[in-house]
Amino acid sequence: MFSLVQVELYKIFKRPRTYIAFGAVAALIGIIQFGLKIDGKSYLDFMLNDLSSSLEIDGKILNGYLVCYVMLQLLLVHVPLLIALIAADMISGEANMGTLRLLLIKPYSRTTLLLAKFIAAIIYTLMLLVWLAILALFGSMLLFGTDDMFLLKTSYVVLLKESDVFWRYIGAFGFAALAMTTVAALGFFLSVFAENSIGPIVATMSVIVFFTILSTLNIPIFNLIKPYLFTTHMIGWKEFFDIKVNASNEAIIGSIQNPEKIIKASLVLVAHTIGFFVATLLVFRKKDILS
Amino acid sequence: MSSVIQVQGLTKKFGHQFTAVNDLSFSVNQGDVYGFLGQNGAGKSTTIRMLLSLIEPTAGHIEIFGLPLATNRSAIMKKVGAVIEKPAMYEYLTAYQNLKIFSALSGVSKTRLQLLHELDVVGLAARANDLVRTFSQGMKQRLAIAMAMVNDPELILLDEPTNGLDPQGIADIRNLILNLSREQGKTVLVSSHLLSEIEQVATRLIIIDKGCKLVEGDSKDLFDTSKTVVEINTLHNEQALQKLLQTSWSDQILVDRCNSKQVIMQLDEKQLPSLHQNLVELGIGVLSVKPMHSLEDYFLQITSTQKYV
Repeated sequence: MFSLVQVELYKIFKRPRTYIAFGAVAALIGIIQFGLKIDGKSYLDFMLNDLSSSLEIDGKILNGYLVCYVMLQLLLVHVPLLIALIAADMISGEANMGTLRLLLIKPYSRTTLLLAKFIAAIIYTLMLLVWLAILALFGSMLLFGTDDMFLLKTSYVVLLKESDVFWRYIGAFGFAALAMTTVAALGFFLSVFAENSIGPIVATMSVIVFFTILSTLNIPIFNLIKPYLFTTHMIGWKEFFDIKVNASNEAIIGSIQNPEKIIKASLVLVAHTIGFFVATLLVFRKKDILS
Repeated sequence: MSSVIQVQGLTKKFGHQFTAVNDLSFSVNQGDVYGFLGQNGAGKSTTIRMLLSLIEPTAGHIEIFGLPLATNRSAIMKKVGAVIEKPAMYEYLTAYQNLKIFSALSGVSKTRLQLLHELDVVGLAARANDLVRTFSQGMKQRLAIAMAMVNDPELILLDEPTNGLDPQGIADIRNLILNLSREQGKTVLVSSHLLSEIEQVATRLIIIDKGCKLVEGDSKDLFDTSKTVVEINTLHNEQALQKLLQTSWSDQILVDRCNSKQVIMQLDEKQLPSLHQNLVELGIGVLSVKPMHSLEDYFLQITSTQKYV
């Protein structure tokens, strides 16, 4: 199994397409950091427009932690496309090249081969997130420095002490890894039905866009299905940045407002990932390889 | 001689309409170069894919190296190499990298020098570090053969290995097959739609059409120029075939299953009058007895019946 995973990773990282994702993430983060570095004050003024008259804020609001949060909000919506580029190509791409039949005449079971491919797709996904974390978090900390984190939510403001932020990012990236693994599993599942990469990549993105729209629509009839859509739970990483307050309305350092929500969202995502993989396995084991 | 491949009643249906392979039985002996002959769409590739467990049979039984394929796939595949239709490989990798990957996947640990030697055997050592996407069809075919040989297999399945090759490439493949069989003692199953190609290398062969076996036997017997292939058309071919199978003529019947439209026999030309007489004695309503001189004539007749739109 180990050598199979090694071979799969070797193939992934020898493909120029793989580096599109890493390049795109670097370019997007670089542009946002550049923009905020040059004109961050205008961005803050725009963001705090309604509050500037009622709140007096000291310190360095536009610090690395806030910049990273802003970027995550933007990027975690688009990273699934970059993951789909590889995950949705794992089987269909091989079928298209004709190499799938060569892999399947080697002395491994289809289950082992599929598992190796899935593990490789997850490793790629995690590496993309680590890359994102290095550039978005550590890069921003380096460029903008660190301070307390000021977050503007829909109906309230959250202020996190500087010492209380970093672990939240570790949690948020860990959760994002779960969410992106689910996306990879979806792409992987759709990949088993096609003999070219474009179809499953487009289908993966279409499913995510469609489900995301359903997740965000505030129409009562859709509320029934929302809890079962994995896209509803993909934004669960934000929960790490909601802090609990005590009776005196003081923030409790090291707390999370709604940890049950994170656990529930994680379970839903894990269940979807397992479900997609099992479904892939069931289809793949019976599939006639005609390519 | 022990049987390397034993196929019994192999059938593959796609949906309810199309039967690609119909109740096919044959055996390949150790050391054979077994020619698998049939026109395009006859069911050759489907059969080979079932032998490699790429396609699940609808019915039938396959044994390779004396083991049922369905329950011993991994053990069997360790000793099998294959080139299936057009050569497939990772075009964004070099020839050496492709070979290295398939060496690893076969569970074989080979040094760079060993792999380069294998590329040298197929004449690609000088292009080892070039991307496969820059290769010609012939070079890809040779690399595909090197990839199939990387685990030193006992059984090699080659599906139309000369497709798209120039005359020199075809000759190279032919020599390679002969070398694998005669010098290295490998068992080779090679498919083709060209009888002339199979005739030059095969020790035994099968001809299939529409998924059915037409002819199976030793090449030297089937290509015996002193024998004539005779096509007999009768009022009821199925009954005629059954009657003939119960006589001394049964050894000379070539087509034994599926194709009930004609009875095909291979016999000495001098035997034709007594065959005529026996057919009448057996009460078989003969419409025509058509000598075709050779197996090639018969095969050409099969392939010429294919209609293209």
